[in-house]
Amino acid sequence: MEEKKRTSSESALHKKMKAVTDLKTLGEALYHQIEQGEFPWIKMPTRSIDNIYYSPELRQYILGERRVKRSARNIRHIRPFTQLVWTAFFAHQLSTQRKTSTLRDVYYSAQAYEMSFKDQSESDNVITDLETVIGLAREDFNVFPEERSAVFGDLTIEYTVPGYEGRRMNMTSHPDGLMIGPALTYSELVKTSADKVIAIEKGGLFTRFIEENVHKKFNALLVLTAGQAPRATRHFIRRLNKELELPVYILTDGDPWGMHIAMVIISGSANAAHLRGLATPDAKWSGVWATDIVDYKLPTDPLTEIDVKRLHELQRDPRYKAKLWQREIKTFMKIRKKAEQEAFSRYGLTYIVDEYLPAKLEETK
Amino acid sequence: MTSQAFEEISPADFFYRNRDIAGFTNPSRAIFASIRELVENSLDAAEIAMVPPDIYVRVTYSDGDPDSNVYKLRVEDNGSGITSRHIPSAFGQALFGSKYKLKQSRGTFGLGGTMAVLYGQITTHKPAYIVSSTGSTKVYKYRIMIDIQRNKPIILERKVLINKEQWHGTIVEFSLEGDYFRAMPKILEYLKQTAVVNPYANVAFIDPKGRFYKFTRVTTMMPSPPKETLPHPYGVDVETVKRLIQMTSHRNMLDFMRTHFHRISEKIAHSFLEFTGIAQTKNPKKLGPQEIVKLVQMMKRYEEFRPPSATCLSPLGEELLKAGILKELKPEFTAVCQRRPATYAGHPFIVETAIAYGGDIPRKGDFILYRFANRIPLLYDEASDVTFRVVKTMNWRRYKVSQDMPIAVLVHICSTKIPYKTVGKEFIADRPEVKREILNGIREVARKLQRFLSKREHVEREKRRLSVFSKYLPKIARFSTKLAGKETEPNIERLLESVNTVGGKEKNI
Repeated sequence: MEEKKRTSSESALHKKMKAVTDLKTLGEALYHQIEQGEFPWIKMPTRSIDNIYYSPELRQYILGERRVKRSARNIRHIRPFTQLVWTAFFAHQLSTQRKTSTLRDVYYSAQAYEMSFKDQSESDNVITDLETVIGLAREDFNVFPEERSAVFGDLTIEYTVPGYEGRRMNMTSHPDGLMIGPALTYSELVKTSADKVIAIEKGGLFTRFIEENVHKKFNALLVLTAGQAPRATRHFIRRLNKELELPVYILTDGDPWGMHIAMVIISGSANAAHLRGLATPDAKWSGVWATDIVDYKLPTDPLTEIDVKRLHELQRDPRYKAKLWQREIKTFMKIRKKAEQEAFSRYGLTYIVDEYLPAKLEETK
Repeated sequence: MTSQAFEEISPADFFYRNRDIAGFTNPSRAIFASIRELVENSLDAAEIAMVPPDIYVRVTYSDGDPDSNVYKLRVEDNGSGITSRHIPSAFGQALFGSKYKLKQSRGTFGLGGTMAVLYGQITTHKPAYIVSSTGSTKVYKYRIMIDIQRNKPIILERKVLINKEQWHGTIVEFSLEGDYFRAMPKILEYLKQTAVVNPYANVAFIDPKGRFYKFTRVTTMMPSPPKETLPHPYGVDVETVKRLIQMTSHRNMLDFMRTHFHRISEKIAHSFLEFTGIAQTKNPKKLGPQEIVKLVQMMKRYEEFRPPSATCLSPLGEELLKAGILKELKPEFTAVCQRRPATYAGHPFIVETAIAYGGDIPRKGDFILYRFANRIPLLYDEASDVTFRVVKTMNWRRYKVSQDMPIAVLVHICSTKIPYKTVGKEFIADRPEVKREILNGIREVARKLQRFLSKREHVEREKRRLSVFSKYLPKIARFSTKLAGKETEPNIERLLESVNTVGGKEKNI
């Protein structure tokens, strides 16, 4: 594949610049309001359940028209409002100084400003508010979750982070894969020889695939989601799909939870309904399906009550309307069993690579 | 046939044999009851003299021996004093007293002093020492014992001194067996509660260890003394009517009814006699036993008698009750209520209620009850008292009040005849008329408490509001200034002021 370095409208750098300006604009608006003798206020889309809709065009959840006014005049709003202003200030500092911070860092940093959050979930929530207000993901203003996902395969990137500007790196350079952290998120995708992406739920299988040379045999980039994919990883998968035009295949455990890991990569989550650029609507869930459990006679565990309850929820979820999903949900309910990715080991360690994977890639092409 | 020996016993002998009736059950109750009886006599005596009571109580080890269970009790007052010739009988003869009249008074057995002295004598066999003067030129000193079988005082010594200072009052001192340290909590509680309903009294108490307790008056205003009253026709029995007939000088029924009964006008006497069918001109002394019984029955049935008036009662009044509560219980808030006079079975009564909240009132997981009858604290058998039941069955949530709040409920009932349930006189019976008054009285003070609490809650809320705004607004100003890249922070004073004037009207901070 020829070398192509692109700075699309979705590129990380562009969005970071926008974040800096938007945060400052927010500060100016609040400053002006106070100067006018007005209690500062902000209007933002409501993130409550009844304002979250599924958009068939975008193939992800979006927020509806309802907006809410948060005002410092309201005694119940003033604390989260102050926290929001502080977070905006803090994020702006991070961005202009080109530093990053984890969600946990934000929680602790607040204490230095006597802005204590009750717990991290409160600070996470305020960060989500800030995302909603300026319409950008927290990664765009340099706040990241703790990283645990990774990528491996023939992909060359160019760093943009301070001290590494212009330096290139190939994603095969470390046999454990490379962590999808802030530096990778902000890098430009330069070139790849791969023609597909395989996203894998579990670390064990990811390592197995590297050992078995899956990246070469199938000409693929391997991405470890490590359970529910973090937003930086979802964003990264989307870029591989959009910028490099690589099809994406997702392998998860054969249970309702694995199914939903795939779905969040494909259609996004309700929690991130205020954000765009995280979903990869064309990605495919390749397995393990409920019908695979039957067809491959995999060793199973019975579904628990919670599993079954989750299946009922998914059945009503608009993201699961397509035939394939409905069929798999029904099959799960019928067989009342689930299987892990490792279940294929019953047919030998390489069976999943030699037999199952090629078949499924073909089936879900 | 066996022969039985019959003997007559004197009143003193009767109470000697049945001392439980008067509350002298055991050494601990005995010392408590002795103090209580004498203090109440003293309070009554001061009220008769119309002077604010100064009462001094001292308990010492008899012969100074701390291991002995014999104590010497001394009570001094500045009351009316007792006339010389009555002194021996007042303390040496059971059922001799000044309280067998139809008006409100603290005790009614007329036992108090005598019983205490009697108990002292039977446990220690020592004489009692009494000093008294009515403020005349002389002071009388007596040393007496009681001839229990004959119910007569024995005068061992009598001295007459010159009263230069025109002192009036009574001093009683005698020895008795007791258990002071077991009785101590009750004694202190009794004195404290006495101070609540006698805020115009000074009471000083020295216990055997020399500890000094002082309850100081906060006012010299005293409730107006009760007036003596005639019996109300609803409240009399055959015996009372017979006695009245015996002593009357009237020769016809109309005058008899008019003169000897409470609130019977000529018109009502007229119509009542018509109702009974007894001729107005009939000589009451000519009424036969059956006619007297019939007369009393008719009195109960006749519905036109006017209710008894409350002039014979001496309630404390809202102002004094409030003063007493504030001084002894030191609450954050108190509300008092005096109900209008009511009657049960021909006896007038008035209920006074109060509620006290916060301050020194402890949280006990339940309300603290203070019960009073004719200004006497009732300390025993709380759970049997009508007040206890009223408080228990009330729906307190209506008043935004819960059991775990620091709340004391006080009920004072005064009457010419307190409806005690037992001779022990420690708790009040469940008379529906009385119960209703207590309930309504408590409801009224509970409503006042509710108003206070919600008002305070409002003020607190406003204070919290303002503190929230003054905590966060400066930060919003600071961070948005930095975020906007400006040099100076915008002025937030205007915003804070607007919060204060809109929200904080109640309190000037």
